[in-house]
Amino acid sequence: MFSNLDFDVIRRSLGFLFLDGMTFTLTLTGLAALGGLIFGTMIALMRLSSYRLLGRIAGLYVDFMRSLPLVLVIFWFYFLVPYIGQWLTGSSRPIRVGAFASSLITFIMFEAAYFSEIMRAGIQSISKGQPAAASALGLTYAQSMRYVVLPQAFRNMLPVLLTQTIVLFQDTSLVYVLSIPDFLGAASTVAQRDGRLVEMYLFAALVYFTISCFASFGVRRLQARIAIVR
Amino acid sequence: MNYHWNWHIFFEPNPTGAGTYLDMLLSGLALTIKTALLAWIIALIVGSVIGVLRTLPSKIASWIGFAYVEFFRNMPLLVQLFLWFFVLPELLPRAAGLWLKQLPNAPFWTTAIGVGLFMAARVAVQLAAGIASLPRGQKMAATALGLTTLQTYRYVLLPMAFRIIMPPLTSEFLNTIKNTAVAITIGLIELTGEARAMQEFSFQVFEAFTAATVMYLLINIVVVIGMRFLERSVAIPGYITGK
Repeated sequence: MFSNLDFDVIRRSLGFLFLDGMTFTLTLTGLAALGGLIFGTMIALMRLSSYRLLGRIAGLYVDFMRSLPLVLVIFWFYFLVPYIGQWLTGSSRPIRVGAFASSLITFIMFEAAYFSEIMRAGIQSISKGQPAAASALGLTYAQSMRYVVLPQAFRNMLPVLLTQTIVLFQDTSLVYVLSIPDFLGAASTVAQRDGRLVEMYLFAALVYFTISCFASFGVRRLQARIAIVR
Repeated sequence: MNYHWNWHIFFEPNPTGAGTYLDMLLSGLALTIKTALLAWIIALIVGSVIGVLRTLPSKIASWIGFAYVEFFRNMPLLVQLFLWFFVLPELLPRAAGLWLKQLPNAPFWTTAIGVGLFMAARVAVQLAAGIASLPRGQKMAATALGLTTLQTYRYVLLPMAFRIIMPPLTSEFLNTIKNTAVAITIGLIELTGEARAMQEFSFQVFEAFTAATVMYLLINIVVVIGMRFLERSVAIPGYITGK
């Protein structure tokens, strides 16, 4: 069954797969997680704010993003970002946006909806006494969020945030639809060039599986370590 | 924005010669629903079996459940579809592989089964959590009444667990619908695929994607409302959701 397969093709393309492909995937994952977390925290704060309108807008954004397939959102931003850039910079024609920037914006906007729900749960898990004590000490709203509420919410939600980042890591493979050379894209390029679909896709599956497995194992360890005994 | 809007594009004939662009999108919508329903049935059946395996006292059974979930959760869905679509036919014996490749509608079946098995892992986790959330007394009472393990699950644990996990199952069903869009990569022209095709033929990018977006939102609303009715009609009296 494996007789006419040539697994040497993997060794020959290792440099391209990891130096180009995996670097792209990991950079995209890392930056999108960071951006998604920052933007998501802002959305969560909007949702929990006492201004009803802000809360409604944030809620609509989250519900909207979560009802669309990621593939469609990737297409949306791929075509929309040049026009937004044109509008922002006031240039006369749609600006050119690179593959990396386009997919980074997409994933930040998309993941923010998911991260915001996690952060909202985290903020709501903090007991009322904490912000009350903060304001009794004379801290402003911003200070009480910055020094009291958010650090605790972040710590409580860290395992969930990391698990979502693993999902994000797997989801970045969908930039394949834009023919962008992420890890899967690189594997697919080699696969089609050399006619070695079976070997390359099996190898890609193995790599994703190994990384995700180790990462989720790490998250489980972390969860056990940082759990606060109450 | 110097984009040329043309909302009448939906009523112009599409290049395939069969109806308008709107017809194209609607046939994509139908295919999305069809694929998602089949995938969801597979996910429910396989997920229930795996979920139950995870809660059984037998070491082997719970290991199988664990292995299934880890296997399907740690690989991107896209890679899984590639494995089923490109790799599996090559690894099977020649005749079987050839038969698979020549199957009419191969992308449809691959997607339904691929997404179904992928979602089954998530259904299994939810169901196992639902069963674990039941009070110990339920299982003990069933045993004391002389029910076999099969009967205990069939008449006591599963009817309770499924009702408890109704809300997470709703969102998993919505995920199933959204995940069928990944099938564009193996050539299934469902709603996202038709929108993309319309964009390529007509150059009306934003009209095409707006229409697809509206259709996905409508599916979501219908599913959420439908599930809310279902939830209410099967709610367990005495629980928070009950009457």
